[in-house]
Amino acid sequence: MEAQLEQLKDEALAKIEAASDVKALNEVRVAYLGKKGPITDLLKGMGKLPAEERPKMGALVNVIREAVTEVLEVRMAKLEEQAINEQLATESIDVTLPGRPARTGNHHPLTRVVEDIEDFFISMGYEIAEGPEVEKDYYNFEALNLPKDHPARDMQDSFYISKDILLRTQTSPVQARTMEAKNGAPIKIICPGKVYRRDSDDATHSHQFTQIEGLVVGENIRMSDLKGTLDLFAKKMFGTEREIRLRPSFFPFTEPSVEMDISCFKCGGSGCNICKKTGWIEILGAGMVHPNVLRMSGYDPTVVSGFAFGMGPERVAMLKYGVEDIRHFYTNDVRFVSQFHRTEV
Amino acid sequence: MLVSTKWLSDYVNIEGIAEAELAEKITRAGIEVDTIIDRSQGMTNVVVGYVKECVKHPEADKLNICQVDVGEEVTQIICGASNIAKGQKVIVARPGAVLPGDFKIKKAKLRGEESNGMICSLQELAVEGKLVPKAYAEGIYVLPATAVPGENALPLIGLDDIVLEFDLTPNRSDALSMLGVAYEVGAILSQGIQLPEITYTESADKAEDVLKLRIDAKADNPMYVAKVVKNVKIAESPLWLQNRLMAAGIRPHNNVVDITNYVLMEYGQPLHAFDYDRLGTGEIVVRLAEEGEKITTLDETERTLKSHNLVITNGKEPVAIAGVMGGLNSEVHDGTTTVVIESAYFTPGSVRQTSKEIGLRSDASTRFEKGVDPARVIAAAERAAQLMAELAGGEVLSGSVIVDELDKTPVRITVSPDYINHRLGMKISLEEMLSILDRLQISTEAVNGLLVIDAPTRRQDLRIEEDIIEEIARMYGYDHIPMTLPVTESTPGGLTPYQAKRRTVRAFLEGAGLYQALSYSLTSKEQAQAYALETAPVTELLMPMSEDRSVLRQSIIPHLLEAATYNVARRMDSVALYETGSVFLGEQEDGLPQEVEHVAAVITGKWVDHAWQAETKMVDFFVLKGIVEGMMDSLGLVEGLSFEQAVIDGMHPGRTANIFYDGERIGLIGQIHPTEQKKRDLKNTYVMEMNLAKILAIETAELVYVQVPRFPSISRDIALVVSSETSAGALEHVIRNAGGKLLKTVRLFDLYEGANVEEGKKSVAFSLTYADPERTLTDEEVVKAHDKVLNALTTEAGALLRG
Repeated sequence: MEAQLEQLKDEALAKIEAASDVKALNEVRVAYLGKKGPITDLLKGMGKLPAEERPKMGALVNVIREAVTEVLEVRMAKLEEQAINEQLATESIDVTLPGRPARTGNHHPLTRVVEDIEDFFISMGYEIAEGPEVEKDYYNFEALNLPKDHPARDMQDSFYISKDILLRTQTSPVQARTMEAKNGAPIKIICPGKVYRRDSDDATHSHQFTQIEGLVVGENIRMSDLKGTLDLFAKKMFGTEREIRLRPSFFPFTEPSVEMDISCFKCGGSGCNICKKTGWIEILGAGMVHPNVLRMSGYDPTVVSGFAFGMGPERVAMLKYGVEDIRHFYTNDVRFVSQFHRTEV
Repeated sequence: MLVSTKWLSDYVNIEGIAEAELAEKITRAGIEVDTIIDRSQGMTNVVVGYVKECVKHPEADKLNICQVDVGEEVTQIICGASNIAKGQKVIVARPGAVLPGDFKIKKAKLRGEESNGMICSLQELAVEGKLVPKAYAEGIYVLPATAVPGENALPLIGLDDIVLEFDLTPNRSDALSMLGVAYEVGAILSQGIQLPEITYTESADKAEDVLKLRIDAKADNPMYVAKVVKNVKIAESPLWLQNRLMAAGIRPHNNVVDITNYVLMEYGQPLHAFDYDRLGTGEIVVRLAEEGEKITTLDETERTLKSHNLVITNGKEPVAIAGVMGGLNSEVHDGTTTVVIESAYFTPGSVRQTSKEIGLRSDASTRFEKGVDPARVIAAAERAAQLMAELAGGEVLSGSVIVDELDKTPVRITVSPDYINHRLGMKISLEEMLSILDRLQISTEAVNGLLVIDAPTRRQDLRIEEDIIEEIARMYGYDHIPMTLPVTESTPGGLTPYQAKRRTVRAFLEGAGLYQALSYSLTSKEQAQAYALETAPVTELLMPMSEDRSVLRQSIIPHLLEAATYNVARRMDSVALYETGSVFLGEQEDGLPQEVEHVAAVITGKWVDHAWQAETKMVDFFVLKGIVEGMMDSLGLVEGLSFEQAVIDGMHPGRTANIFYDGERIGLIGQIHPTEQKKRDLKNTYVMEMNLAKILAIETAELVYVQVPRFPSISRDIALVVSSETSAGALEHVIRNAGGKLLKTVRLFDLYEGANVEEGKKSVAFSLTYADPERTLTDEEVVKAHDKVLNALTTEAGALLRG
């Protein structure tokens, strides 16, 4: 019996040694250590042995089984490693092949500019106000201190639908509507939207474009508040090192009126082609809300005051990204829109 | 407005200030200087020459050989101008001169003859052709006989001047005159200004004896001043005057006309000169035109008038359209000897309307339209009379013929310094304010701590307290305004739910692979209602610029299809775009169309493209449907969403559906009809358009967290054969109804029609999962529920179960 066991062990070890892959080794395992294998048979046959021999033989069988198992496991580990290595060798790829692009789209550049501006002012406690694109002459002009025969109406040629209705030429009617609706309460709003003017489309003109305006109305609103607000805005939108300057200007709905320049974000003020060698870039128009505008919308200009400002997202985008033709914003060329996908933070 | 600095220095001392610095100061104080024009353009070696000899070139008909005295020598110059002649004083560009356009003058030989320089026209010296006096428009310019050979020619013709081009805002019409500019510059430089001194000798004859004046339309013409000058000799104006006009952008004609233009530029008061004899009646009557009355204006155009147009007549017929343009019949001509000078106040509204109707804007009408200074009406007439006496040898008849009912009372503005400081957020002292107003020559008194101001009539833009605030602030300098932030009730700010959800929709669609498009609201009548979810009368422009942009859109799809075609034509054959924007429907009670925000999308070409492994998937209905479902899911609205096969104009009849939410139609989705695709040069193209306003108005249910299941779910697959007509949606409906509360998900995972499936039938496979959040399900429970499902499918949907 002992000899038989030893022989079995030698036989098993030889076969383990001979097994060249995981599969063959598993066959060896089943053949020798499985339920139907000779070692199990031997253990089963123990019952036939005299009782005094059983413990000794039992121990011996276990020793041999453990020895075989141990060798087999070592061999198995080695063969498994070998198998994995073989697999890895066949699985090698060319990592320089192009990746599979993740499908994605992005904001239109004007939406991007508008949302950036909206988000800045939202953080300052502003709300976003919107209004109709087809507007009454009253809100578009009259309520903004532009009576029917006002010379400044010459500045904008409009698309009229009827004598009293037109495509809005500015987003300012939203201000007039908001003031009317707020009925004397304080206001802090930003009004983005599409506007229309009777212009022929070319590289710098578009019959449809966007505007974004802001309005603050309340007691004690000062021109210094306008300046401080615009300064923060300029630094947020165009870089912390930006400086602003105000130049007197004229808009019928504000008095005093100003235009705001920012120090050139390309050359920093030393003069380049973007700022036309002046060091300054005109970005927006602003001013203190004209008392007539306040009065027409139900505010008492002796008690409250306000400031307003407005700019063109197209102009901002054209300056910021160097877009050379305003028509690009409206042709929906994928090669154009898809360029505005990445963050600039 | 073009401002010659040489001319300006007549009134204000700008010596020692570089033009660039002056321009910057003017800009920062309120009037934008657009360009600084150096009229010399850096030219040198341009001198006066005296043509001593001039003979035809033997070899060339059109050339002349001239011997020209250029001061230091007499030199030979070949000249091709037809008006060159012996004895002229001319402008010579000598060898070494560089003329505008980098034109270098060198010694040359022309047909064998030496030429040492060039005799110049004004155009060659960069004077605009339309400003060159007609006599010299086609040839060289001839200088007066007093010019000295060899001297620098540029000052003689006013090209040693620097001109500032103002970009005036509509409120600053006061700066449409040299005197107005002088007031502004004087204030900026803290200097007084020098007004022209008007003195001349009057003739013994009285103007009122030879000219009668009647105003029949005083509402439109409250003030009219006429002066009569006799014995004028029409001639060229002196060079200095011509030069100033050219610098101001006006072409010199003759001394009388030039004088009216000169005074127009100097005072901002338009004048007109009539030939007294041509008037013929010794009378001027200002009245409204008769409807249909005709007049031929100076530009030789016959114009038909309306009954509200103001005209100047000789008592019989119109001789000028008031404030806009004179008539040809009373024009000053070479033989004119007696001139009537007209200086009037025509009301802005009247002139604006007439000039707009006639389509004629002149230097005069632009000034009348903005309102001229009532205080300068008489002064300007006197100034013109003086110049006609000095420069045209005229005798000014004594007195003027005047009708004057114009209210010249200055506007009084009372404002407190505190109010000014309060609005500006500054602390400017009363003394400082008074000093600024004094510099601006705005007469001000401090009364009980208030500023009491009489606004000068030349500054018609000063009407209310805020106008004074602006005057003080701009002169004090906006740079000195501090930076503060509004101190208001603190408000939370933020987006409305509608605005926030719109951003969610955009973010979802972009994440799903669509680029945002932005197209025009205006479109053609043909396109306006194509694919519209809802149609209503279209909103039409009164005066469209083109048929293609004449009405407002009622759907976005045509615009996205146009964009798709545009891209495909540029070899971008895979396009995925969406747009959110308004469509315009009918007319509401307030007369405005209803504006409804829609969202629309287009996809065409490849959806998945893994080129190097050739794994490509073209777009199809279900790609877009999945996007719609995902979009609605992002708003928490996927539960009520359903799709129903539909037939819609321009869409593929078998691949189109209406989209419903809780039974209400909210959109459409499908493939463009192949015929339509072909017309637009598109391959298979899918579109959707939905009423975004309606969708975003639906209140989003609260997000409810469901515990992650702790007990395993059990899944069962079903394979069925059903009639081809049976929709997947109907089968799913049967399954869900029968499945009971244990049934958690139903997923269609296979669909097959063709070989091995009976004709008219299709094979469909679903995967169902059953679960109970509280415990592990037993086999029996699952079998029971699943049997119900199978039973329902066979009895209700006529399904044959497979395998």
